[in-house]
Amino acid sequence: MSTALEHPTYNYKVVRQFAIMTVVWGIVGMTVGVILAAQLVWPQLNLGLPWTSFGRLRPLHTNAVIFAFGGSALFATSYYVVQRTCQTRLFSDKLAAFTFWGWQAVILSAVVTLPLGYTTTKEYAELEWPINILIAVVWISYAIVFLMTIKKRTTSHIYVANWFFAAFIITVAVLHIVNNAAIPVTPMYSTSIYAGAIDAMVQWWYGHNAVGFFLTAGFLGMMYYFVPKQAERPIYSYRLSIVHFWALIMIYMWAGPHHLHYTALPNWAQSLGMIMSIILLAPSWGGMINGMMTLSGAWHKLRTDPTLRFLVVALSFYGMSTFEGPMMAIKTVNALSHYTDWTIGHVHSGALGWVAMITIGSMYHLIPRLFGRTEMHSISLIAVHFWLATIGTVLYIAAMWVNGIMQGLMWRAINADGTLMYTFIESVEASGPGYFVRLIGGLFWIVGMLLMAYNVYMTVKRREAISQPAPQAA
Amino acid sequence: MDTGTFRGLITLILLIALLGIFAWTYSKRRKKDFDEAANLPFADDSDEQPARDKHASPEREADSRHDRGDKNR
Repeated sequence: MSTALEHPTYNYKVVRQFAIMTVVWGIVGMTVGVILAAQLVWPQLNLGLPWTSFGRLRPLHTNAVIFAFGGSALFATSYYVVQRTCQTRLFSDKLAAFTFWGWQAVILSAVVTLPLGYTTTKEYAELEWPINILIAVVWISYAIVFLMTIKKRTTSHIYVANWFFAAFIITVAVLHIVNNAAIPVTPMYSTSIYAGAIDAMVQWWYGHNAVGFFLTAGFLGMMYYFVPKQAERPIYSYRLSIVHFWALIMIYMWAGPHHLHYTALPNWAQSLGMIMSIILLAPSWGGMINGMMTLSGAWHKLRTDPTLRFLVVALSFYGMSTFEGPMMAIKTVNALSHYTDWTIGHVHSGALGWVAMITIGSMYHLIPRLFGRTEMHSISLIAVHFWLATIGTVLYIAAMWVNGIMQGLMWRAINADGTLMYTFIESVEASGPGYFVRLIGGLFWIVGMLLMAYNVYMTVKRREAISQPAPQAA
Repeated sequence: MDTGTFRGLITLILLIALLGIFAWTYSKRRKKDFDEAANLPFADDSDEQPARDKHASPEREADSRHDRGDKNR
């Protein structure tokens, strides 16, 4: 890349690197997801090999989409937003570069070790202890770069997006280190220092706050910058954004036990987790309304701006899944939904509808600006991508709702003599059509991501063509 | 004081702190500050010209700083 177009103040190099890798890892992670969806329709697609079996590819999919795709997007946008709203360059170019290469090393080691079967068995924390140490080092470096950049800002205020990013970075550091505290046994095997129900509670304190801080607070940071930017008007209520921030981070911490309803966890802890999960609806919807109302008076922009459409539909899915979540945390509802595909549908309504859509909208705003353009190569391709992503998400979650409720009802149905009405395999067979619809939804997403990759490639390429005839005296 | 009471008190203090933050946020005196902060994403808009123009005259960026969100300095 030519350095003649480097920004005079900001470090855009690391942002560009993370932005490109967001698209790459998005395609990789979602492709693994589609392979898994296909395996559930045609089990022989696991090829009879241990490395390509569902149990090993599934954590690869979750790690790739959450930490590789989502993580790269969060690094890219947080570095971009903190520089632009603090009007200063990143604290250290070298440390920022280390976070990029270190994070890619973490992802590559996940790509190698998970199919080989190395796992701690903790969901969303499957990576073994040597990789966990690398994650901790990279993450603390990230915290230093981000927080020191805020410290050397030339503006007097810290914009609300940076509050969300900072909370996400600090909390994920704490969650990762506490949950992965383990005693190494061999170079690739360790045992958790926690035991029994405590281990389960620590794991889901981690797991739910990974949702709350990695997949929510971080992406809300994105929302608070890119929605106002793309709508060209300031956030609806800055006051509401502050209340949203503090209420969200104070309440999220308590919600973890809803993952352990009807388990060995003490009943009072389950009930407390349920109540706090229901209360969580208030700050979640406060944030959603704040983002939506930012568009008041600018709704007409949606007709011509597919990037803004991505951002607004992401907020709609955020509102929907943050309603669904508290509802599923109610113990009586959970008795039906737990361990069924409803949970998978709920996760993807958040992961595809909210996280991926807000990321893609942000990337379509960010990437042209990083490469010295005002717009993406093709606006109509963004519009096509938008519809593919929206239809894909709806197909996915509708199929999982049907499957999940059906499975829950079949599992609890009993005959007059108290025996189960259906065997487990009957519920699996009945889920077949839903799995097929889910696969189609996933394919819609992959096609959309490939269009995005083409659009990004053309945007970057044209930038290089522009820079050739007018070289600057650097 | 046993551990349960201690934890209860911590929770109470956090609840009061949260309500305190709400009161602080909605006090009238904050309005000017928040309006400035809310405009921070637009403070360096002039920066978003195609990179070529910008690099031809790097001093333009310095000029643009007069309209940044921070008006307290």
